[in-house]
Amino acid sequence: MDYKDIELLRFTTAGSVDDGKSTLIGRLLYDSKSIFQDQLDAVEESSKSKGFDYVDLSLLTDGLKSEREQGITIDVAYRYFATPKRKFIIADTPGHIQYTRNMVTGASTANLAIILIDARKGMLEQTHRHAFIASLLRIPHAIVCVNKMDLVDYNEEVYNNIVSNFKSFSSKLGIKDIQFIPISALNGDNVVNRSENMNWYQGSTLMYHLETVHISSDHNLVDCRFPIQSVIRPHTLENQDYRGFAGRIDGGVFKPGDKVKSLPSGFVSTIKTIELNGEQISEAFAPMSVTMTLEDEIDNSRGDMIVRENNVPEIGQDLEVLVTWMSSRPIQARTKVVVKHTTNESIGMIKELKYKIDINTLHRIEKIDKVEMNEIARMSIRTAKPMFYDAYKRNRQTGSIIIIDEQTNETIGAGMII
Amino acid sequence: MSNYIINHLKELESEAIFVIREIAAQFENPVLLFSGGKDSILLTHLAKKAFYPAKIPFPLIHIDTGHNFPETIAFRDDLVEKLGVKLIVGSVQEAIDNGRAKEETGADASRNSLQIVSLLDALEKFKVDAAMGGARRDEEKARAKERFFSHRDEFGQWDPKNQRPELWNLFNGRKNYGEHFRVFPISNWTEMDVWEYIKLENIDLPSLYFSHQRDCVVRDGVILANSEFIKLKEGEEVVNMTIRYRTCGDMPITGAVESEANDLEKIIEEIATTRTTERGGRADDKRAETAMEDRKKQGYF
Repeated sequence: MDYKDIELLRFTTAGSVDDGKSTLIGRLLYDSKSIFQDQLDAVEESSKSKGFDYVDLSLLTDGLKSEREQGITIDVAYRYFATPKRKFIIADTPGHIQYTRNMVTGASTANLAIILIDARKGMLEQTHRHAFIASLLRIPHAIVCVNKMDLVDYNEEVYNNIVSNFKSFSSKLGIKDIQFIPISALNGDNVVNRSENMNWYQGSTLMYHLETVHISSDHNLVDCRFPIQSVIRPHTLENQDYRGFAGRIDGGVFKPGDKVKSLPSGFVSTIKTIELNGEQISEAFAPMSVTMTLEDEIDNSRGDMIVRENNVPEIGQDLEVLVTWMSSRPIQARTKVVVKHTTNESIGMIKELKYKIDINTLHRIEKIDKVEMNEIARMSIRTAKPMFYDAYKRNRQTGSIIIIDEQTNETIGAGMII
Repeated sequence: MSNYIINHLKELESEAIFVIREIAAQFENPVLLFSGGKDSILLTHLAKKAFYPAKIPFPLIHIDTGHNFPETIAFRDDLVEKLGVKLIVGSVQEAIDNGRAKEETGADASRNSLQIVSLLDALEKFKVDAAMGGARRDEEKARAKERFFSHRDEFGQWDPKNQRPELWNLFNGRKNYGEHFRVFPISNWTEMDVWEYIKLENIDLPSLYFSHQRDCVVRDGVILANSEFIKLKEGEEVVNMTIRYRTCGDMPITGAVESEANDLEKIIEEIATTRTTERGGRADDKRAETAMEDRKKQGYF
């Protein structure tokens, strides 16, 4: 196995209390042999002292004291495992309603979402919510796992009904790639190993999907976007004139010799070098961190953006944004906030609250005067200085903002630019 | 595979460099917490790459418990000189001498939790507003919930239930006076990633990580180096063993593994087949099921 040349897949798991999400993750870790003996010993010990008949794999992921006491997951926890084909990062998020903000957080960096449905219960409001958030955050791939099949006697009809219900709901959502798998996380059916109990299911296992789903086109390779993080000026004798722009590429492919334009100044220059640690890079693309030097002396600084001359982002101070509200204090129009976008930051004002989305029915609720925690609403925000942005559906990096409370400095909203 | 894919090590590298550059840009007085362990050595290497050809634009800070392996100190001094970066040392011995910290007693006494005092003292003395460290989420279950940018109140405490949400690659380092951040650029790396990357980049490590002969004491199944800091209990004896370390904390609490792995290739092979976590040998984590969470809330790294 050549461990060095495998890809990284980030996925999120959404599920309700009790539909077996932690057990599923425990199962993935256990069957892929990513659990160490001492971890397993600790979990076995814990299960025994709680008087369980079987090893409760969910104890592997429920990390914090208060959750262990309550038996629920209260925050995003990150888990890691690798197979010979891929390395995985799981953002494990809780499913109950007060934690929409955690689901959004976990989804923001994911390539793939696993949506869990309890076969006995079918589609619940929470399932709608999970699917909606996956589509809102533009997670490119979704796998719907119908779990606890063992408790419905591995019945094909139960499974088919849930699949068709889900499909009729999700047709409104626009998730590009959805797969369905009947599983039992507790017994391991169709998780890593094929189930012996569901011969009617011809598809592949969850692990096989995770290992093979095509993720190379998940980044935008068309629109060149390079937000500047900082300017590197060594001030040493051998590098007196060196002026490198440090940053992470958010879109497109950059090459030395490319004509580029710098925003907001509008100055045009040519890329002299793209490098990291002195090593020259012939082609740089998302999500690479690099240092770029230009042929001309242009006075760029943090928050500026280098783009291609003939493909510039939107430039403006008025943003139309779908915002997930994350603070226990509701927001109203005419509130002053701080807006963070790429490496840029500006004071801003919530100008107008347009409508809320009922995340269970997807209906719009018009004429609103405030937005509360865990609600999703469309807002107009005006920033004090121009921002360089793309629509979120075109680029998840240059299309996203966070909203910060000017007084407490807390992150109070997550926004996707329309 | 398409041309426009980077492998997972490059992606993790890129993410960590992005975070390190954000720290330098968003804070006035950042420091890198250098323990002398492989993770903080890796972090220092990434910081060098992030700002090259400029030097690392923040100092390294080392909390010296007085119980360090001599190899760690020698390695630290050598690295600091090579990089031309400033080093700040915070001393636990000093905190004990001036009554700021009280030494534990008994055979299992350790200075591990005393580091909290010296660390917070040093952060305050140098007006540090961001301390970056090499902690990883895969190390321990409380760390699995840690943010990249982890906010600490004016008492240095962590409130796991009230963490700032962290979305996309937008890191919010805004804070009020007196508060600071702990930042963890290699949050998403696993032990295997660290070793693979160290091999890929040919990063120097202290000799402790490679197989060597050492006088040891086996206590509660943990192999400890025999040293002046360890008191033998009844029935314990000193044995010469062939060992190496998977993590490097203080001499009296860091467990070794029996190993013949004397180069990176063999270490990676060993990790691929190993069945215990690297912190499995850390006596400090074994005190209670939530030992790490409890210490983190108080300001431990």
